[in-house]
Amino acid sequence: MSVKQERRNFIGLAFGAVAAVGGAFSLVAVKKTWDPLPSVKAAGFTTVDLSPMKDGEMRQIEWRKKPIFILKKDANMAPNDKRDVVVGDSRYIVAIALCTHLGCIPEWRASKQVFICACHAGEFNVDGINTFGPPPRPLDIPPFKIDGTKLVLGETGPEYEKLVAQA
Amino acid sequence: MAQIRKSTGIIDWLDQRMAVNKMMKVLVSEYWIPKNINFLWAMGVILTTLFVLLLITGFLLMMYYKPDINLAFDSVNYTIMKEVEYGWLWRHIHAVAASVIFLIIYIHTFTAIYYGSYKKGRELIWVSGMLLFILFSAEAFSGYMLPWGQMSYWAAMVITNLFGGIPVIGDAVVEWIRGDYAVSDSTLTRFFMLHVCLLPLVLIAVIALHFYTLRIPHVNNETGEEIDFDIEAEKYLKGDKANAKVIPFWPGFLAKDFMYIGFFMIFFFYLVCFHFNFAMDPINFEPGNPLKTPPHIYPEWYFLWQYEILRGFFFDIFGFSAYNIGLIAFAFAGIALFFMPIYDRSDVVAPAHERKGFFVWFWLLVIDMIILTIFGKLPADGVTMGISNSWIGFYSTITFFILLLVVLPIITTLEKKRGGK
Repeated sequence: MSVKQERRNFIGLAFGAVAAVGGAFSLVAVKKTWDPLPSVKAAGFTTVDLSPMKDGEMRQIEWRKKPIFILKKDANMAPNDKRDVVVGDSRYIVAIALCTHLGCIPEWRASKQVFICACHAGEFNVDGINTFGPPPRPLDIPPFKIDGTKLVLGETGPEYEKLVAQA
Repeated sequence: MAQIRKSTGIIDWLDQRMAVNKMMKVLVSEYWIPKNINFLWAMGVILTTLFVLLLITGFLLMMYYKPDINLAFDSVNYTIMKEVEYGWLWRHIHAVAASVIFLIIYIHTFTAIYYGSYKKGRELIWVSGMLLFILFSAEAFSGYMLPWGQMSYWAAMVITNLFGGIPVIGDAVVEWIRGDYAVSDSTLTRFFMLHVCLLPLVLIAVIALHFYTLRIPHVNNETGEEIDFDIEAEKYLKGDKANAKVIPFWPGFLAKDFMYIGFFMIFFFYLVCFHFNFAMDPINFEPGNPLKTPPHIYPEWYFLWQYEILRGFFFDIFGFSAYNIGLIAFAFAGIALFFMPIYDRSDVVAPAHERKGFFVWFWLLVIDMIILTIFGKLPADGVTMGISNSWIGFYSTITFFILLLVVLPIITTLEKKRGGK
């Protein structure tokens, strides 16, 4: 009797072990099924020519399905070496245009010189730094490289490394 | 094998093979319901009816809906609404039922709180019910994004971004849930799967569990009286139907339920035919645009109170960022009511009007949730009666948590000390 019981216990344990290993592997497979597809990951780069932009002009472009703000600073806007992208003599603010709170697109209010996210009343100043409301950090800077007067989004250049190191 | 003899009819044939008579007794004709319950106890059967309506109209809509970001909007707003015969009817029934089911869920839930139906022996009814609330929320949200309108898109954006608040792995989790760097086609197809397959399956299972949790402790009643169901059932079966405090679920109780379903359906189809627009956000008749946020984002009315709690905190407190506090508060608001049996320290099962402190507490909670709902809809940067909406949101959020976590345990502890009411 006792011998039989031990055998049953062993079979139970062995089954449990096999099921656990199988379960763990299938969880990994299920997780990976929901990961972005290779074609999504390989989504390309976006190049913008900054030279036609006027002082104080705000532009919104798209990169990896995300909106990007490019703002050319005019003389009234204080320079900020921690956030500005310097191309030639001009300074630009380049940022992912998604509120760092929950991802809505803030609106540029040129009159007040602020980005306002209507969803939860978050505010960012001209440099994209959060000044009011729930956003936890300044607007994110997308990886970029400067190529003459062109800005290449998706690649990291030395200027990007410098900004990130300061942040 | 059981002894199978020549059957006397179809019922007998089935009875010999799967004991249908016994099953009918256990499930309906000898499942006892107290007599002293009012129309508020009919909300369960109305919810069941609405769920069936949603299921059937969902099947009809699924035949023409296309889960693809380029086709989804037109498949709903053109094909189903204009081309498919009666497509508009299925869509409006589906949309109105999805909205009204939350109204009834809230009434059902607050009835349970009012009469103390979450206590002593009935905890599992309450817990499985709250689980259903969470599942219905997920089902409603995943369905809301399917037409791929502007509000759908941005609702998906905001809700998936909520997971970014998880420490360390947040951003990776958001990407994983979406299957892309932004809300996109992969997000739509997986939410489609959740909405039409996985969540309904889980919902049906939990609804069955919710029904089953009622079987042993039986439903509560208007006075919270503890009925000995065995004795009362015996009275009833002996023919003393007038003095028995119980009636069978079928035919006694369901007959009354059907009357309430009748009343409710008149109201429901009045909404479907004449006021279907209340369940339709005008912004959602514009196709989803990832490059433009609507000026003012808000969820459907039934999520407004939670949404207001999410944005109730707009400044940092003791070094905790407003962002994190808001997220934690929101997550907690979603599950806060789960713990009613723990907050309520008293054993008294009685309607709220017989428990003075609890009665005041109950209505304060209801009023606070209505205020949260109203301000969840108003723009966060507005001003009402000279007070900024952000501050009203903050105070009503704090009130919600204090009522549940502080006031309720205190008043019920006092009630217990007094030894009853």
